[in-house]
Amino acid sequence: MPDLVLELSHITKRFGSLVANNDVSLKLHAGEVLALLGENGAGKSTLVSILFGHYIADSGTITAFGKALPPGDPKAALAAGIGMVHQHFTLADNLSVLDNVMMGSESLWQPFTRNGEARQKLLAVGQRFGLDVDPQARIGSLSVGERQRVEILKALYRGARILILDEPTAVLTPQESEALFDVLAQMVAQGLSIIFISHKLGEVLRVSDRVAVLRGGKLVAEAVAACTTQEQLAQWMVGHAIQVPQRRPASTVGSAVCVLTDVRTAAGRDRLGGASLTLHSGEIVAIAGVSGNGQVALAELLSGTQAATGGSVEFLGRPMPSNPALLVEQGVARIPEDRHAVGVVGDLPVWENAVSERLRSPSFSRFSWVRRGAARSYAEKVINVFDVRGAGASAPARALSGGNMQKLILGRALLHPDNTPEKTITPKLIVAHQPTWGLDIGAVAYVQSQLIAARDAGAAVLLISDDLDEVLTMGDRVAVMHAGKLSEARPALHWSREAIGLAMAGIQQQPALQSAQGCDS
Amino acid sequence: MRLEKRANSSAVALLLAPVGAIVFTMLVSSLLVWWAGAPVSRTYGLLLQGGFGSVFALTETLTRAIPLMLTGLAATVAFKARLFNIGAEGQLYAGAMAAIAVGGMHGGTGFDLPSYLLFPLMMLAAAAAGALLLLGPALMKTRLGVDEVVTTLLLNFIVLLLVSMMLDGPMKDPMAMGWPQSVALVGDLELSKLIPQTRVHTGLLWGCTLSVGMWALMKYTVMGFDIRAVGANPRAAAFAGVPVTRTVVMVAVLSGALAGLAGAIEVAGRTSYLTLDMSPGYGYSGIVIAMLAALHPLGVMVASVFVAGVLVGADSMSRAIGVPTYLADVIVATSLISVLVATLLTQYRVRLK
Repeated sequence: MPDLVLELSHITKRFGSLVANNDVSLKLHAGEVLALLGENGAGKSTLVSILFGHYIADSGTITAFGKALPPGDPKAALAAGIGMVHQHFTLADNLSVLDNVMMGSESLWQPFTRNGEARQKLLAVGQRFGLDVDPQARIGSLSVGERQRVEILKALYRGARILILDEPTAVLTPQESEALFDVLAQMVAQGLSIIFISHKLGEVLRVSDRVAVLRGGKLVAEAVAACTTQEQLAQWMVGHAIQVPQRRPASTVGSAVCVLTDVRTAAGRDRLGGASLTLHSGEIVAIAGVSGNGQVALAELLSGTQAATGGSVEFLGRPMPSNPALLVEQGVARIPEDRHAVGVVGDLPVWENAVSERLRSPSFSRFSWVRRGAARSYAEKVINVFDVRGAGASAPARALSGGNMQKLILGRALLHPDNTPEKTITPKLIVAHQPTWGLDIGAVAYVQSQLIAARDAGAAVLLISDDLDEVLTMGDRVAVMHAGKLSEARPALHWSREAIGLAMAGIQQQPALQSAQGCDS
Repeated sequence: MRLEKRANSSAVALLLAPVGAIVFTMLVSSLLVWWAGAPVSRTYGLLLQGGFGSVFALTETLTRAIPLMLTGLAATVAFKARLFNIGAEGQLYAGAMAAIAVGGMHGGTGFDLPSYLLFPLMMLAAAAAGALLLLGPALMKTRLGVDEVVTTLLLNFIVLLLVSMMLDGPMKDPMAMGWPQSVALVGDLELSKLIPQTRVHTGLLWGCTLSVGMWALMKYTVMGFDIRAVGANPRAAAFAGVPVTRTVVMVAVLSGALAGLAGAIEVAGRTSYLTLDMSPGYGYSGIVIAMLAALHPLGVMVASVFVAGVLVGADSMSRAIGVPTYLADVIVATSLISVLVATLLTQYRVRLK
């Protein structure tokens, strides 16, 4: 057995009545990758924050390299050789790689920065672990994968012997993920230890030696990766066997609902630069891509919050209006990427959020006075039909958990207020941007099954997702987004993971599958 | 020490918060009174008596509360939408100038209109003047991203200088023997007294009606929803189809108009002419009142009477014993801070590490 490098014993942390970590004990050995698995809210982040000194545990101790780690002191954690790579990078875009790596590691009292020395050290560290980055390059000009490498270098530069990676593959293409796994392998071979946080079961089994599963703040299972299966891990995560929605191809694909031709949007961080796509009723078109390649612009365009500056967007044969209220009225159901910041107004009650999209319609207002009775009964209906739990109609929407908030958003988008038992009005187009992001497995299955049901009822569904598994299981056709352009939307079965990965990185592929053409009518 | 969000605020805490805030304010102010060497209980007694203790005191308090109510409403509406209008003082003077321009100049003829036409015209002009004054900052905020706190605050000084110019120029009262004072309103335009032999006038009805109106607007109308949604989360509001820019501009018009009306009602109800010291900072006090009322239009009525009572009471208290009137400012300011802290404590709890 190699040396023990880190030991957490009996960590307990409470937030009010919530027990975020309940008597968690973990061991990490030299040259080992430990995967920390669990759903949102299982206590992964809390545990890592305690380890890194952001929080103080109510009870329990941490020992690193044989010495007790003082609680609540990130500097001590750094000094003890613990490095952390956050999911959202903490880099200054306008500075060089070298500047970012050196930042905070030099004394304020020394008169000059020692650039030369630092440069040599950085290059040496990079070479040792196979992390190639130009020290002079500006962060802003680097790709996401390269930025992540800089984050890892930053930790290694400061002498980290234990590296914590928080959802490191969430922003990477499959090929970039592979490159990351190679780097991790080199680091482990040289005796470093890694804590790998993820909820993607496949890659957890692929990279880790051991897996620790957290559920409801408790450590429910620890297993050697080679001796367990994805199904077993999933069951530990949710506590019961789960039904993963099965891929069901579209039965009947109808007429074109929405046609985008060479669409451009205003310059910004995330823009469309000549995207074309046709969405038919009764099919799900899934968009894959590394985030930041125009997905936000596409979703905002079809949600009515951003206008096109070029090309044409046709909806049901007419130019699509750039007005959310009009779009909703014409049958566009929208699920935004960020439910907290865009989906609901957290301070306002649930019932007002349930009707906010249709407040201007005669269903909910007359002579600009809100029909509160009608609005409340519609909200109650959404709450019942879509099983929104955790807060009543009068509670502020922020009181809802992420999953229930998403159900509320899904409910108000899909449930037309004029529905009667005899007649249901289904949306013509559903624009779902990352609809399952951050949800637990049960809620993911629910949202996905609702989207499939809406498709079967005749809606055209556009699903934009960073999660390749979701894209491949949900999409009847799949298109890949890169630099504001969309690839041809091909049937999901005609895509291999490698081909998608290459397209996500913007590498033009030779048209190997001639037979696939003609599917995009 | 740090703050943790409470899962849900208990009803008891919500009730106790304002009581605790009042007790804390009294304690802090007592220290100052004691420092000034005056008997604490007698000082408070005199203050209370001076503000609310007799019919005369009460009418004086209500008279003082009228402009505060309107500027308080102006701040409430604007702050609800996160439009930080610090310019109610200037808008109040703009409204007062407009009132004099319509109802006082032209040799006191009032355009030869009957008063039932001239009065609404005067009120409309005052509201429009206030609204126009805030429209510029609001458009600069929505179009160019200019901070409205800076623009509205600076406009206050510009308007005050404009008033000074008008009082020495076109609006100058030739009979005032050199006092910087405007011509008076046509007598017919003055608001009638609510109680004879006192100064309290029908402006109080305007204030209360507008408070109830604002409350209904906020609670029952689509525009009220728009205002609250834009204030709480403009991105989510835009996603839901709220015309965010238009809402901010409408709020600016509404808020400016309320502050403008405060000026006209003050002229028509109390002074009948315009001077440079007509408002002892009613515009700024409106912000305090809005915060004391937790941005609730009905709470503005209560808060403005409270603040007016303290101000009026402190005047008479100070005449009786030697505690300076500044005590009133301390009481108002401390109560604002303690109400804010108390509200915070109903939502968060303090954890000592």
